[in-house]
Amino acid sequence: MDLSMLWYLVPSVLMLACGIYGFMTRKNLIGILISLELMLNSADLNFVIFNRYLYPGSMEGMVFTLFAIALAAAETAIAIAIIINIYRSVGNTDINEVKQMRF
Amino acid sequence: MTYSQFGHMIPEMIILGIFILVFLFDTFSNEKGKRILTPFTTILFGLGTIAIWVIPASGETVFGGMYINDTATNAIKAILNIGVFIVLLQAAKWLNSDETVVRKGEFYELLLVTVFGMYLMVSARHFLLFLIGLESASLPLAALVAFNKQRFESNEAAIKYILTAVFSSAILLVGLSFIYAFSGGSLYFNDLAFAISQGEMSGLLIVALAFMIAGIGFKLSLVPFHLWTADVYQGAPTSVTSFLSVVSKGAAAFAFFVIFTQCFGAVYSDAWEWMMYGVIILTITIGNLFAIRQKNMKRFMAFSSISQAGYIMLGVMAGETLGLSALMFYVFVYVVSNLGAFLVINTIEEQSGYLSMDDYNGLHKTNPWLSFAMTLAMFSLAGIPPFAGFFSKILIFTSVTSTNSWALYMLVLVALINTIISLYYYLLVVKAMWISGDEPKIGTLTTFRCEKVGLWLCVAGIIFFGLVPYIYQYCYDAVVNSVKILTAVVPTI
Repeated sequence: MDLSMLWYLVPSVLMLACGIYGFMTRKNLIGILISLELMLNSADLNFVIFNRYLYPGSMEGMVFTLFAIALAAAETAIAIAIIINIYRSVGNTDINEVKQMRF
Repeated sequence: MTYSQFGHMIPEMIILGIFILVFLFDTFSNEKGKRILTPFTTILFGLGTIAIWVIPASGETVFGGMYINDTATNAIKAILNIGVFIVLLQAAKWLNSDETVVRKGEFYELLLVTVFGMYLMVSARHFLLFLIGLESASLPLAALVAFNKQRFESNEAAIKYILTAVFSSAILLVGLSFIYAFSGGSLYFNDLAFAISQGEMSGLLIVALAFMIAGIGFKLSLVPFHLWTADVYQGAPTSVTSFLSVVSKGAAAFAFFVIFTQCFGAVYSDAWEWMMYGVIILTITIGNLFAIRQKNMKRFMAFSSISQAGYIMLGVMAGETLGLSALMFYVFVYVVSNLGAFLVINTIEEQSGYLSMDDYNGLHKTNPWLSFAMTLAMFSLAGIPPFAGFFSKILIFTSVTSTNSWALYMLVLVALINTIISLYYYLLVVKAMWISGDEPKIGTLTTFRCEKVGLWLCVAGIIFFGLVPYIYQYCYDAVVNSVKILTAVVPTI
């Protein structure tokens, strides 16, 4: 069966929507981080789809995705390190703990 | 590919060389050697700054056109380098305190990597290099914000910063992927501009533009993407705050200008200029109004820097040669004025621990010179005539009005009204220091040698940058001599 590009774009948009929703509503720092990963992966998926369907002759989108994955990994590493720091000082990773500074 | 291409990336190679030297020195020196790490790095970086000012740009594109080193990018790098140098001077005392002395090498290394990323971002001519630059500029900054890891606020600021930064870069990536769909298979700025000018108007590309503005707007802390700014500025160590507010903002503003005028200037300028129109008005106004009610000096400077970012963005609205040179001059003046203010805040915080505006009451009785420097910085930020801030504001306003459109005249009017509002809260600080009759809370402080050098640099900059026409001429010439940065070179068919 031959699927059109649209069918591949639907999961990507869903992932983006879930990621944004999760970023807004999650109460746990790790949960927020997972939502962010979803958003980044949705963008990567977009690149691959567009490359495969629109410009099958070139590889630019694929290469871009590889770099984006590496950057996402670096982002996660730093975020986890900071979350561990917070865990050490307050004992959990709840988002209600990080509200000392307001207004 | 030949390795001689690296020879054209002079500013990056200088920064990378300093990074490697500092890294090796920090790793292999003994206890005694570590003591001279601070002067070693500072002097090395000072020499590097002079080298970037002196060595002319080659004007070459390398790596198949991904990277360009021409006079305009070289000039903005030289300007930012001065900012980083002042930050290094400012951080010297704090880094050698007991709490951070064992980790001071890490501070320098992270800072240098950040600067390296910013330079890549400024020089990029391809979205991949731009993205890598942007990320390597913002990720080490998160580690720097968390540098005071014993203090909880530092960690809190860092988590807020990293989460919003990743969110914004995810949004930026999604926008980029939509743009890729229209790019004809290539993400070079040139090819993209060409492909867009050939295709027809598309709604999806306008959405992508909005995503791009949101993504870079987060880095620039434009309203409505500014919510992280105040918290991060307050929680981060003061030296890191000053770096965040000046250097990263200047680099992002330049990259923003290049991308939007070059890739989307020809066809979509209507679409993104109206978005930016709203964003700038919101940024200047909301930044100002929130600054009025702040009592903590670091939060106060955060909102002031939000509104200053709005003024910097006026250069993007003006576009063309005048806009870019006014933007660069504004960034230069902003570097000295804002860092001058932060140097004073840092000195007072380091030695007395006071950070509130009320604590500054009667400061002139005990610390006349610090009060003097702070007053000059505030006057310059507010744009009072003989100081540099006035000239940078007037140049950016004239560059916007030179396009002769009513909408832009209204924009300048809003900006002008906001300048008057900003005068009120900047003068609140001056009033606290000079007029308020209370007994001073802060005793006489000693400024250390590094801080003194930094303060003198800033004060000299604030006084002379506006009066010496050479500075603006330098920015203008740099932009005029690098035509390739402003217009896409469309291949002839």
